[in-house]
Amino acid sequence: MRSLREAVAGFRRAPLLSGLSMTAIGLSVFIIGLFALTAHNIDVALTGVEERVEVVAYLKDGTSSGQIEISRSEIESFPEVREVRFVSKPEALYNAQRELTEFSDVFSDLEVNPLPASFEVRLNPGFRTPSHADAVADRLSAYEFVEEVRYGREWVDRVYALRRIAAGSALMLGGSFAAGAMLLIGIAVRMAVLARAREISIMQTVGATDGYIRRPFLLEGLMTGLAGGGLALLLTRGAHAAVERTLFSVAWLPLEWVVGGMIFAGLLGVAAAARAVRRELRRLDVV
Amino acid sequence: MIQLRSVTKTFDRSHPAIEGVSFHIRKGEFAFLTGPSGAGKTTVLSLIHMQHMPTSGEVRVSRFSSKRIRRRELPQLRRRVGYVFQDFRLLESLTVSENVAFALEVTGAPRSKIGPKVQRLLGQVGLAARARSLPRELSGGEQQRVAIARALANDPLVLLADEPMGNLDGRAAAGVFSLFRDINALGTSILMATHDAELIRRHSDLRVIELEDGRMVFDSVEASA
Repeated sequence: MRSLREAVAGFRRAPLLSGLSMTAIGLSVFIIGLFALTAHNIDVALTGVEERVEVVAYLKDGTSSGQIEISRSEIESFPEVREVRFVSKPEALYNAQRELTEFSDVFSDLEVNPLPASFEVRLNPGFRTPSHADAVADRLSAYEFVEEVRYGREWVDRVYALRRIAAGSALMLGGSFAAGAMLLIGIAVRMAVLARAREISIMQTVGATDGYIRRPFLLEGLMTGLAGGGLALLLTRGAHAAVERTLFSVAWLPLEWVVGGMIFAGLLGVAAAARAVRRELRRLDVV
Repeated sequence: MIQLRSVTKTFDRSHPAIEGVSFHIRKGEFAFLTGPSGAGKTTVLSLIHMQHMPTSGEVRVSRFSSKRIRRRELPQLRRRVGYVFQDFRLLESLTVSENVAFALEVTGAPRSKIGPKVQRLLGQVGLAARARSLPRELSGGEQQRVAIARALANDPLVLLADEPMGNLDGRAAAGVFSLFRDINALGTSILMATHDAELIRRHSDLRVIELEDGRMVFDSVEASA
């Protein structure tokens, strides 16, 4: 109770600095929030893409139906594989005619069907990553009747790279803003300590523990941090709404991420305050 | 109970504030620490209170030694060593009783015990009727009594007093001094820094330790031994 009263008094003593500290934390967590929003939406998109990750093995002409049956059941037994669909040459042509209507003339003039038969291999959830698709492709290529294996590797790789860039940028930009925020909170807390230097030195004289003296300052840091977190949440929510309204539909962050962000902001405040108050207490007391 | 062994303290590489000071204050003893301004009296008190650590030598207070004490043990030491300043150092925004209660609150004493104890302490220093006053409404002598009540709050073994009557007129000073004698009579040791030669002369039964330019030049206990 005493700590809370004094923490609030700390805000009142230097409202501008407290406001600045809160805004700085708010901005740093907002930046992290924006990138988190990007990363999360890439994640959501990736799940959709991953569901469609398919490895296609084109077979040489003249592959016997016996070979096809045996290899098909072998491939189905791969742990990564969910299902294998055999597409025969006529079926491939039929599909092509249906899907590529602008070339229907070309297809109907053909005397020989140029399209190969293929296995369309779908992967199990958890195996829909570039590296697993790669492994399956390698094993498929090992069959001597397989002419070529294809999957959207480059594309999948690129989406993954994009996600990594979003996460990396969030860490770097958010991190540097967080460092700035910590500096500001440090100054605010140091000023609060100085404003109460006389009281603190009396506390030390009569035998108050460091913990007792520190508590209101840490609470002040926590409150600044949480307020900054709240500000960041509002800003991120605003940015989300703006994108929804003007550009395209995006997913909002999962609850755990929001809670994690608030906790991070609170801890940032406490850590900055702890650092500042520790330094000042040692300066006031000379041991 | 308080022991200084060849204690030297140098601040910032200047010449030592005190050098080779040794003495021993026993339980229940009352001693003056005297000498001209700058002789090192306050330095000695601050070393006993362990606001500073000796550059060399050792300070022992009860079971605490300057050589071994850890930062987190300092509050325990400070509760055993009351400190009274020349300028009282009361918190102006708190009432008399709150100033005394403050010393108990910071040690985490239970609230139910604080009220009665504060009343008893204020009674002991003769200020029971001024409990709700603010420090600025009190005379200098009364303010110093509040500071003494605060220093006594945690039942210290010893009171360190740094020129406690330095800001008081003759009558108030005499009253405060007699309060120190009463406290001493109840068993609390007292080490009082003063440069008031007249006061020392009037109380020739008490021990006198004299410093000059950071060195101990006289100890009435050794002189009489």
